[in-house]
Formats: sequence, C-alpha cells, structure tokens
Amino acid sequence: MHTKSLKELSALIRRREVSSREVVEHFLDRVRSLDPSLNGFVTVAEERALARAQQADERLGAGQGPALTGMPIAHKDIFCTRGLRTTCGSRMLADFTPPFDATAVQKLDTAGAVALGKTNMDEFAMGSSNETSYFGAVRNPWDLERVPGGSSGGSAAAVAAGLVPAATGTDTGGSIRQPAALTGVTGIKPTYGRVSRYGMIAFASSLDQGGCFARSAEDAAVVLQAMAGFDPKDSTSVDQAVPDYAAGLERELKGLRMGLPREYFAEGLEPGVKAVVQQAIEVLGEQGVEVVEVSLPHTELAVPAYYVVAPAEASSNLARYDGVRYGYRCADPLDLEDLYKRSRGEGFGREVKRRIMVGTYVLSHGYYDAYYLQAQKVRRLISDDFRRVFEQVDVIAGPVTQAPAFRLGEKIDDPVAMYLNDIYTIPANLAGLPGMSVPAGFVDGLPVGLQLIGNYFGEGRLLNVAHRFQQATDWHRRRPAEDAMRAEAS
Amino acid sequence: MEWETVIGLEIHVQLATRSKIFSGAATAYGAPPNTQACAVDLGMPGVLPVVNAEAIRMAVCFGLAVDAHVAPRSVFARKHYFYPDLPKGYQISQYELPIVAQGRLNITLDDGETKTVGITRAHLEEDAGKSLHEGFERATGIDLNRAGTPLVEIVSEPDLRSAKEAVAYMKKLHALVRYLEISDANMQEGSFRCDANVSVRRRGDTDFGTRTETKNLNSFRFVERAINYEIERQIEVIESGGRVVQETRLFDPDKGETRSMRTKEEANDYRYFPDPDLLPVEVDAEFLDEIRRGLPELPDAKRERFMAQYGLSAYDAGVLTATRELADYYESVAALAAGDPKLAANWVMGDLAARLNEHGIDITASPVDAARLAGLLQRIQDQTISGKIAKEVFDVMWRDGLEADAVIEQKGLKQITDADAIAVMIDQAIADNPKQLEQYRAGKDKLFGFFVGQVMKASRGKANPAEVNRLLKEKLQG
Repeated sequence: MHTKSLKELSALIRRREVSSREVVEHFLDRVRSLDPSLNGFVTVAEERALARAQQADERLGAGQGPALTGMPIAHKDIFCTRGLRTTCGSRMLADFTPPFDATAVQKLDTAGAVALGKTNMDEFAMGSSNETSYFGAVRNPWDLERVPGGSSGGSAAAVAAGLVPAATGTDTGGSIRQPAALTGVTGIKPTYGRVSRYGMIAFASSLDQGGCFARSAEDAAVVLQAMAGFDPKDSTSVDQAVPDYAAGLERELKGLRMGLPREYFAEGLEPGVKAVVQQAIEVLGEQGVEVVEVSLPHTELAVPAYYVVAPAEASSNLARYDGVRYGYRCADPLDLEDLYKRSRGEGFGREVKRRIMVGTYVLSHGYYDAYYLQAQKVRRLISDDFRRVFEQVDVIAGPVTQAPAFRLGEKIDDPVAMYLNDIYTIPANLAGLPGMSVPAGFVDGLPVGLQLIGNYFGEGRLLNVAHRFQQATDWHRRRPAEDAMRAEAS
Repeated sequence: MEWETVIGLEIHVQLATRSKIFSGAATAYGAPPNTQACAVDLGMPGVLPVVNAEAIRMAVCFGLAVDAHVAPRSVFARKHYFYPDLPKGYQISQYELPIVAQGRLNITLDDGETKTVGITRAHLEEDAGKSLHEGFERATGIDLNRAGTPLVEIVSEPDLRSAKEAVAYMKKLHALVRYLEISDANMQEGSFRCDANVSVRRRGDTDFGTRTETKNLNSFRFVERAINYEIERQIEVIESGGRVVQETRLFDPDKGETRSMRTKEEANDYRYFPDPDLLPVEVDAEFLDEIRRGLPELPDAKRERFMAQYGLSAYDAGVLTATRELADYYESVAALAAGDPKLAANWVMGDLAARLNEHGIDITASPVDAARLAGLLQRIQDQTISGKIAKEVFDVMWRDGLEADAVIEQKGLKQITDADAIAVMIDQAIADNPKQLEQYRAGKDKLFGFFVGQVMKASRGKANPAEVNRLLKEKLQG
C-alpha cells in the first residue's frame, strides 16, 4: 500500500476497496516499525489521526470529501498545529502546544488530509543536514550513516521510506529541495507568497516559503494545490488565483526553452552528479525541450548574501523566545537578565546561537550598511540575473547539490562547508522564485536530484516538466531497501 | 549669564481605532489583564502582523492637518530590545521612512504673537504592554492588553524656547488630534504622553547644548514642571563648572524632580531594519484627496471664522476653539440665541466655564446644555429678565437641570417693564426717603444710584433697569 501514489490510494478509498482508517493504520504501522531507525518524526499523533480517518470514511461514505480526503500526510514540525505540540526542532519549544493552526495546515485539513504527526527538522530550520535538531539527527533511508539533508530532513526521509505518501516542508535556502534530492523524492518550493506563512514558525521571513514532498510531481501537484493561495493573515502572501496544477501536468514540452546556468555546472560540482543531471536534461531534450546555456553571473555572491540576510532576520524573529510567555524557561532565574540569558542560552542549540550572533552583528549600529544593506543590493543583482534569463527561457535546470548525501557528522563542525551545500538552491530563495527537486538518478547508490527553477508563479510549469520527466523515467519509483532500517529498528 | 532653553517634544498619541494596529484584538481601555491580547499580540511563534488600514488613514489625517509631507511610500521597521512587556523582542515602528514628515503647527504665545513650530516627523508604531510591579511578591505581572495599540509618535523640531511654549504646543496638538477624531487623547489613560528633550545654551550661541530626554510625561502640568526643573538643573550643573550628561531621565511628580534613568552609553542599539513581514505602506494621490476632503474644520480656520462670523476678539475666538467640543457648544448657543454672539461668548467663557471648572466637568457633560443656555440668553435678549437675574436663573438651571423658562416662571423672576408699575415703585421710594431727595435736589448727583437701588430692591431685581433709569430721572427732576 505504501508503494502507491496519493492518486492511487485516493482512488482505492473512493472505490471503498480500503478505508481511510486502514490506510492510516498501515502508514502508522510503518512509522512504528521503521521510524526508530530514521528519527523522522518528533511527534506521532496516532489517536488524532485515526479519529480524522474515521471522519474521512464517514464523509466518503456519504459521497463527499475533497481531493485529499482520508490521505495520510505529515507536517514539518515548523507548522503550528492546534492542540498538537510544535517544537521547531528546538528545546526552546519542546513543550509548546500552539492554540492555532498554521494556514497551510488548516487548508490541508480542509482538503481532507489526515496528519499522522510532526516531522523532525533542523532547529528552527537552520541547517542542511538535520543534525541540529534538539530531537536528534534524522538518518537517510538510503544509507543510515548519511544525512537526509535539511532542514526538512524528517519530512523527506519519511516520504522516501514510505512512512507517509506526502509531507509538508519549508524552504528558506534549499530546505525542501536539498533533502528531496538527497533522499530521492519530489519536492517543490513555490514562489515566495504562494503559500501563507501564517503559523509557519519564522526563520528568515523574506525567504521562508512553505511547500511539500511527495513521491511524484503528480502527487505534489495535489498537495500544493491544497496549500496554496492568498491568506489575509499574511501580508506577503500574494492575491493571485491558483491555477489547476493537475490539469496542466500533461502539457507537451515541445518548444519549451530550458536554460542551464553555466555557473551551476562549474567547479565544485561532483562529476557523478553532473553526469546524472546532464542525462536528465537529455531525457527532457528527447521530449522536444530546447536546451540553451545561460549565465547567472552573481551566483557566487548568493551564499554570502544569504548568510547576512537570513541570520539578520532570524536574530530578530527569534527574539521572542525569552522565557517569559511560553517555551523554555531556565530554572530559578536570579533576575530578569539571568532569565533571558539562561533561558536563551540553554533553550537554543549551537547553530541557532551562531546565527543569532551573526545576525545581531550585521544589524548593529555601524555595520548595518556594510552588511545588511550590501546584502540587499546583492539580492537585487541576483533577482536581476534571473529576470534577464527568464526573458530567454521558460525554465532553468541544474543540480540541486554538488554531491549526494554526506555522512552524519562529516560537516557539522565546519559551518562554511555546510553552508556551501546550498549554493544552487539559495539563489531562488533570494529572488523569491519557485524551485523543485526531481529524482534524476543515483551515484554510488545515493539519490541525486535535478533542480528546476521557474519564473514567478510558474509552479504549474515546473510540475508539468517534472511530471513529463517522471513519465519517461522511473527514478522516482525507486525505493530504499528496508532491511537495514528494520534491523536497526529492532 | 543669560541662558536660552531649547526644547523638542516627542508626543505619543494613541489612535482611536477599534482594533490594534497589527491584529484584530480590541483596544478598549480598562479590560481585565490579558483579555485583549490575541496570539499576534502575544508574539506566539508563527504569527504575522497585518496592518490596520484605519491607523494609516488616521496618520495621514494628522499629516494633512499639520501641512506635512505625507510619504507616498513608508516602511515599517523593527526596533529591538528585550523587555518582558515587549512580546516579540522588537517593536514594530517606522524608522528611515516615516509616514509623515516636515509639518508645522502654529501656537499662540502669551503676548498674542503666533509662533510656528516645526514637526520633524510623525510615524506609526505599536505600543508595548504594561509591567505591573504592585501586588506581586518577587515577581512582575505582565498585562499585554495595550500591546499592539496603534500610536503615532510626533517629533517636533527643537523650536520651543520655554516650558510655557512647550505646553502651548502640546495643548495645541492635543486639541488638534481631538478635532481630527483620531485620538481621545486621554492623558490619565496614557493616550497622549510626552517625552521632552531639553538643553540650555548661552544666549547667542548657535550650537545646541547637550540634551536630556525626560520620559513619559502624562499631564500638561508635569511637562511644565519637569522642563523647568531640567532647565534649572542644567544651568546649575554648567554654572558650577560641570557638564550636562546626555541621558534619559524620569520625572517624579511627587518630588517635582527628574532623575537619571540611563545614560547614552547604556542606551540600546535598536538594530532597526525593515520588517519583512509587512509591505511598504503606499499612499496615492487619490487616497490623499479623499482624506483631505473629509477633514473637519481645523482649530486655526475655526478661530478665524469665529472672529469673522461672530465678531469675536482673537482671544475669545482662541478660547472658544480650544477644543472641538467647546467650539461646537458655543456655535449651538450662538445659533439658537441668534443676534448676540458676543453675549453667548461671554456666558460660555464666563459663568459656564467657571462652573465647569469648579466642578471639573467636561463641556460635553454640562448639566446646562447648549439649548438650555441659549434659552436663558433669549430671555435676556427679549428683556424677560435682566443679566443679573439671569445669573440667578443659571444657578438654578445648573443645580436642578431645568429650562430657563421654568425657573423664571417658578420663581416669578420675570422682569417688570410696565412703566406704570415701575412708576408706583419709584413714587414709593421717593416718598420713603425725603432726606435723600432733598440732598439730591441740592446737587448731590451720586444719590441717583441710591434711588435706582431702592427701586430694584423693591422689585426684587425684576424691574427693567433701563426703564427704571428713564422714569426715575423724570420723577426726580419733577
């Protein structure tokens, strides 16, 4: 059952061949038996899920129920869920239960999805390996000694291992695309403003964007359809109609112009990964896609600019965690200052503290112009690069990462090496463009992703290209062997 | 040594929106703690601000009323500091691009001269909550009802030269925001509060002296006292060879002094940057025109009109337009008791104002409303009662809440204008005072007043004084 797509599962339960309850129980069983080896979930909401499945069955029995009725999903633990603990991967929020739902959660609820639980993530989404979580590292189902990527590592690993057919994620600098690539699943980060950020715990507000993971572009289209849309509670969400993504999946690719940025294939890209990506592009070429080389000359400035803007916003967004109203509070504070210092000192992990310090520094009096303003200028240059390229092409393609999944612990003590992981994914965040990772092959048994970047609100086109690619390939159908996971779990 | 004082004020005005500036929670004053704070006000993880359009409209109103430049594009910024009543660890304010800049306000000085005070800027921001120290044992209570209440902070140029000028400016601003109905400006509730930047320099110097900022002055009197205290303190420091330290000070109204709160060195680095959760505020020409058309008549224009329309002096017109409510009251009285706007002005500024003052009652709550006062004035105009009797009638109206006519009727105070009736009283007065008559006729003119008094007394004040004069003259000469 777990090898079936959302579309297939939905057809089964609509034909009443299985009940939503059976589907949900099946996936909960898999979580119970396999997740101990992966650590993909922070919280499993079994009773809640079963009750929701029951309701779904009743609705389906009455001939009702929107697209995702009765379909199991999981939420990255960055999305607030009413009455269900939301930790953001941090000790700071280890016992925090929100009194409200994130808009994306509420929309998926309305679409009938059944949330099985909350998935593990890098603390406050800061990380590219899912090793910074207070709840421990997540492991890659393709090789348990390796990272699944981050920050949405739990969601990616859970979908890859078939613990859930789809899951939500967020992407600030690559946090959906990079783990999707490293775990061999399909992940999409839409245009900034497409999915409401309300109730999505902020890391870097001008970059954060919600999206999803699924087994295929076709499934991702259904999930994104449910999540997307204007939200009056988020001033930065965009009031623009959401097209019917599923309806556009089959469009012919003939005549589509695809740009390959020279800078994304330059030094640093591992030859194996490069070969996989080039092969994938050839597959698309066979479908009539016109491939042209393009240039995004400011690409090398993206990582440094990102590591000014993102920590600056994070240092501000995380100021609210002060131990006063909710969240972690140190024991026996001596006075107010002690309460602040120890609550924050003990409640946040190393990487979060590092970024708060960097962010505080770059916003400080006398440094603001040199760092923050400069980074904003670079951001504009990067957006302009993309604007020029999208005058010539419809879609940009390239690698998601320079290499496949690295080993646990390999980069955790080398922040710069870790940050460089996101060199191909960060530019789309800085420009606010939609991006996708599509399983494109393997190197030494480890999955490799093809990145697609679209123009503003071009999610439909990305899903279309990915879907046509997946019709011609079966990389997205490959599954990791379960023996190691089972052995580890028992 | 001659010293000159330089003062600039920062005034926080709470806008009278129904909901908060970035959330839907209510802004009503006095609710039980934390009952008017929603997830956004509490700074819960994941929540986002959405700007209240009404707060924007009000700020624009203010900008137009002070002849300022209203920015077509202004930007909300985050101002960071840690404090328990600041839920997000930052206050959403405006920094580099405020919504209002370069305005001005005219104030009238004691000598009747007009002075123009520059307004550097006015920006929108959210208020913080309140920390409550009383009633807690080794703890502080936090009430976030006020958190997120919309404020405009109005920053003046350092154009003010005395505490009196500062108070005049503050009062003018106070009246203005009430005219505009953008704030109730209730000072006890903190809806209108002031920080005063004060420095002194030797007369003739062109550079400013080092300034101090005295925080949270919530009455006109405190502003005056705090500024005067600061002026004296600073002069004393300099004259005794010391230097004024740039710092933030607090005014202690009980002791009547200011004391140091924190120095510049201890000041926060607020790390302002544009709030990425909010879009820039765009104000287009069409919106500006719409607001401009909807602006009420402003105090200065109203004063001019009162002078022209009612023939009032600049002073009287100034007093009567000091608040919109007083001006409205006056205009109602003047309209209803048509024909003598000066009489109306005298009554409103005289007997009524004295009584309101004495009882600390606001004009809107006056037991003698505009229609009733007009009713009284009509009886003076049609000579039913004299001005003197009117005061008596007014007292009863104030006390018992009655119409003028009812009081006149009840007490039999109707003026006697009938010449025959008055003649009878005059004859009696003359007959009763033969000695005075003799002296008068011998040339002691002053005694005329004595006879007027006798007649008025006999009529219990009701005889028409003009008629008494005329008839008495005839009779005494006879």
